[in-house]
Amino acid sequence: MSSPSALLSVEGLTKSYGGVHAVRGVSFALKAGEILALIGPNGAGKSTCFDMLNGQKSPDSGRIMLLGEDTTGRAPREIWRLGVGRTFQITATFPTMTVRENVQVALVSHRGQLFNLFASTPKLAREEAGRLLELVGMSGYADRPCGELAYGDLKRLELAVALANQPKLLLMDEPTAGMAPRERVELMRLTAQIAREKSIGVLFTEHDMDVVFEHADRILVLNRGNLIAEGTPAEVRGNPEVRAVYLGEGLVYDARHRDGAPA
Amino acid sequence: MAFYIVQFLTGLASAASLFLVASGLSIIFGVTRIVNFAHGAFYMLGAYLAFTLTERFSGALGFWGGIVAAALVVAVIGVVIEMVLLRRIYHSPELFQLLATFGLTLMVEDLVVLIWGPSDMLGRRAPGFKGAVDFFGQNIPSYELFLIVLGPVVLGILWLLFQRTRWGVLVRAATQDRDMVAALGVNQKWLFTSVFALGVFLAALGGALQIPRDAVNHAMDLRIIVDVFVVVVIGGLGSITGAFVAAVLVSELNAFGILIFPKISIILVFLVMAVVLIVRPWGLFGKPEAPARRSPGLTVNPWRPLTSSERLAALAVIAIAAALPLFAGNYALTVGAEIAIFVIFAASLHFLMSVGGLASFGHAAYFGLGAYGVAFLAKMAGLPMIACLLLGPLLGLLGAAVFGFFAVQLSGVYFAMLTLAFAQIVWSIAFQWVEVTGGDNGILGVWPEKWAASPSHFYWLSLGIAVLMVAALRVVIFSPFGFALRATRDSPLRGEAIGINGKRIQWTAFVIAGSVAGVGGALFAYLKGSVFPDVVGISLSVDALVMVLLGGVETISGAVVGAVIYKALNIWLVSQTDLSKLVLGGFIVLIVVAFPKGIVGVIEAIRLRYRRAPAPAVLAQRIESAE
Repeated sequence: MSSPSALLSVEGLTKSYGGVHAVRGVSFALKAGEILALIGPNGAGKSTCFDMLNGQKSPDSGRIMLLGEDTTGRAPREIWRLGVGRTFQITATFPTMTVRENVQVALVSHRGQLFNLFASTPKLAREEAGRLLELVGMSGYADRPCGELAYGDLKRLELAVALANQPKLLLMDEPTAGMAPRERVELMRLTAQIAREKSIGVLFTEHDMDVVFEHADRILVLNRGNLIAEGTPAEVRGNPEVRAVYLGEGLVYDARHRDGAPA
Repeated sequence: MAFYIVQFLTGLASAASLFLVASGLSIIFGVTRIVNFAHGAFYMLGAYLAFTLTERFSGALGFWGGIVAAALVVAVIGVVIEMVLLRRIYHSPELFQLLATFGLTLMVEDLVVLIWGPSDMLGRRAPGFKGAVDFFGQNIPSYELFLIVLGPVVLGILWLLFQRTRWGVLVRAATQDRDMVAALGVNQKWLFTSVFALGVFLAALGGALQIPRDAVNHAMDLRIIVDVFVVVVIGGLGSITGAFVAAVLVSELNAFGILIFPKISIILVFLVMAVVLIVRPWGLFGKPEAPARRSPGLTVNPWRPLTSSERLAALAVIAIAAALPLFAGNYALTVGAEIAIFVIFAASLHFLMSVGGLASFGHAAYFGLGAYGVAFLAKMAGLPMIACLLLGPLLGLLGAAVFGFFAVQLSGVYFAMLTLAFAQIVWSIAFQWVEVTGGDNGILGVWPEKWAASPSHFYWLSLGIAVLMVAALRVVIFSPFGFALRATRDSPLRGEAIGINGKRIQWTAFVIAGSVAGVGGALFAYLKGSVFPDVVGISLSVDALVMVLLGGVETISGAVVGAVIYKALNIWLVSQTDLSKLVLGGFIVLIVVAFPKGIVGVIEAIRLRYRRAPAPAVLAQRIESAE
């Protein structure tokens, strides 16, 4: 079912915690340069799905193919080495380093220099770190301690860090959670722009439907661990099952209005 | 057969006191998240007070009343300490809590000697349990049988207390989520205080009940605290049932270990602990906990390499230090060499603790292994001094490689306790394996060769190596490896997500720190001309911790400044007063409460404030332009 050009293809992914089936037999594929949104109500299994793709959890069954390699159950650091950038729902950065150093660590790791005991990190990959920060509009903050940044800036820094290994795929778990509305739109525009320029595939989860419908090429809808819809924004918008999941079945509302009972 | 049963019963009796102390520690940790190092001190106080009270009042009522009264008095002392000291540090990083309670331990040790004198004291026998029971030809003191029954009884009472009373429900709730309990309107302060009082009462009762079995002495606190750490680590911190099972296990291992492996009886217990921690890092009955709230530390102040003017200043300081032999006498030079050696030691711990976020409570193990390495090579292989200095630290490296592999699987207080336990293994090997290490008599006659023998030459040698080591560690701190280590400390999640294998980085850091400590130990052996088990002792490990803390945990040069000041102060203090532990302990508590940033940290904060003064305008501009 997955085309040979697929960056990421997932087949029959399943995970349960005790008796709770968090993810049941989810399959999908993602092409290079495509922006794919994974949406669904709370508890639909989005984060669990993400953690399995990223290697933080290993699935009960199913297969994950990244760039033609089977990565099911591999450690996050190995998946990163294949060219996958990751941002977190709650930002994870290094608060005791400067903004530039945060990016430099990722660059140093990408160059396989982690066990170098002699070089001076502040001088390593300085220009490249600068370029990445420029790309996300953070060059003015390069020498600030990361621990002092506002949350929206941390999200942008995370994006710069995620781009450090020249990823072919970005996994972004609620990239705009906790940000102000204007910042959200800007960050996602920026991400989409970078992704299209560099032909990076992006998979993101999101609760903000403006963000989702503006940028996603395709949308996957999860509910109670099942993939209930998949298609272009217009198709998903028109899907009755998706409407039911997001707006409720409308049973009470309809009944009341049919009978003309007072609200 | 009867002999083994008696041995088994003796083990069970020893388990009673161990269980009382360990359950107290566990209860306190469960609610307050403080690992109370001073628990051994409360145990000891309980024993001393019980001794005094049971001597004063006669009869069965006097004895049993004295024991309970002693435990109650110590519990009151505990309440005072909790209200005055611990309430101030509940939100400090856990390292500070461990150190503050260790400072208390030191103070109590000297106070006890001051009040009761240094000699061992044998308590009365318990009225009603003076005899022995004949058991297939073997005698068991009836008091032992009383203790065997007491353990499960206390376990049952605690169970009822926690399951059947309102207070117990609150304590269990606070153990799971103390923020939620506070949000529900429970007065946390009094809950914490009452829990601490109960924990201390149990510790003191454990101590008081020991007086008919064992002599009371002023070293019993450290002995029990190491055992108790082992018990709670095996049983799982926070679990009372775990404390009981582990106390029995440890006591039985001790009882039978002596029969089976008389040479390495102490090691047996630690081996079991290492195995448990690897299979179940949270202990037999503990629950795997979500990573503790990561204390963001005291400041966010990124490290930077020295500027060129600071480099010149450092060179000037080194030049002045190197000129010391021109105007100082031999005694001062020997002190100077010792300080240089402790700079190496402190810098190596700083690398592990500040850069790696791994606070080792047993770093002396690798210092001591370096010292023993030199002693073996010099005395047995007869190698020349240069070869010994180069090869001796390899023993430290080897030890760090083996122990470090296990230790970095854990973090936080468990890491601290495991490193402490490993250091005790090394100590007990040094102490018990008399044929090789000379045991308590040590290895004598490790003197430097002629070229290094004069005080000035040895001072220069130590200073030179210290400068070399500190400089090398600084290079590593700013190397990609150093950044990867800090990255793992700051956010393991992000580190893993950018391809950093955190455990391997931390293990490597452990080996580096252990090797550098070994270099310090190698020099120390030549400085003293001998090696004793003390060089791997707990007090040396704690000295190193205090040096780093005094200088400033969150600074780079803190370890050097801290080592120089602490060591100089320590040597001076020992020559001035007999109560050096009391002063030292008070000093530690003072730093933790009033001065947690350390000397260099305070200086940096002041400098930063000066530099930041005109900054706000610029910052505001930047933020505007960014939006």
